[in-house]
Amino acid sequence: MLEFLSKLFGRDSGSSKTVAKERLRLVLVHDRSSISPQLLETLKAEMIQVISNYMDIDEQGLEVSLDSSGNSVALVANIPVRGMKR
Amino acid sequence: MGEVIVITSGKGGVGKTTTTANIGTGLAMMGQKVVLVDTDIGLRNLDVVLGLENRIVYDLVDVVSGNCRLRQALIRDKKLEGLHLLPAAQTRDKNAISPDQMLELCADLKKEFEYIIIDCPAGIEQGFRNAIAGAEKAIVVTTPEVSAVRDADRIIGLLEAAELREPKLIINRIRPKMVRQGDMMGIDDIIDILAVDLLGVIPEDEMIVITTNRGEAVVMDQNSRSGLAYRNIARRVTGEDVPVLDFDEAEGFFKRLKKMIGMK
Repeated sequence: MLEFLSKLFGRDSGSSKTVAKERLRLVLVHDRSSISPQLLETLKAEMIQVISNYMDIDEQGLEVSLDSSGNSVALVANIPVRGMKR
Repeated sequence: MGEVIVITSGKGGVGKTTTTANIGTGLAMMGQKVVLVDTDIGLRNLDVVLGLENRIVYDLVDVVSGNCRLRQALIRDKKLEGLHLLPAAQTRDKNAISPDQMLELCADLKKEFEYIIIDCPAGIEQGFRNAIAGAEKAIVVTTPEVSAVRDADRIIGLLEAAELREPKLIINRIRPKMVRQGDMMGIDDIIDILAVDLLGVIPEDEMIVITTNRGEAVVMDQNSRSGLAYRNIARRVTGEDVPVLDFDEAEGFFKRLKKMIGMK
């Protein structure tokens, strides 16, 4: 329903303009904060290491990205947990 | 005293030179005394865009290195009394001049002209630093593409670091129909991301190709939308408050009718 409504009002998230804007937003977050993709990869690997000590996580499904809202930048991590370690 | 404005973009091919030629010509049409300075040394282009390529004797490097007097290198436009060009050297490279020399040149030009418009080369190296050295204001040109807007963002950062605060943005080659269909970033999208003031929007227009082929500026064409857009930009440069064109309005009766009956 929500999808239908957003399509109706022209906010189709699949449109190429939305894709362009989202890609641009992300690339600028990196440019402006001067954090390279390599650095982010290293950070990701180390996070996996630490979290794996406590939880069983899905490394393939792990997403780490920099996000911006207004003038602030946030590190957003989405880490699917398979189970706890005992 | 004149005002020195640099036209820059970071990315190549977004329309810096075309914009320089048209803003300069537009200002001269309003009766202003204008000089356009091509700082793209080694890749001279502003002369052909203006149709003045056959008149060049001396160039920018000749002036700053003292081979000729400033007055000898300035080329008067064929049609507009107030319009002048200081061409770039074609056979030298970007290191042939320094930011200090540009600063001095701009100070000299300010005594004689009301507007000094500097066409900056693409990139962020020596040529860019030369071009912005004497500038007091900056205009950033971009197109509605991820790569061009990204480079514009970088350039805006570099301009602000060089104390050229509050650069103004021109969005070139916009296609209103594609924006409406959700297949091109629109004015609001780009302004939202770059957080700068908008100076104007130029629609994609075949007339730019046609007039440039002839070595004329589209701003002199009274019937084209891009010409009107550039005339409006020139007026804004002089401080006039001119609203940004609504291209939907300019698209004709049929479109408006469709909109009226809700078929948009």
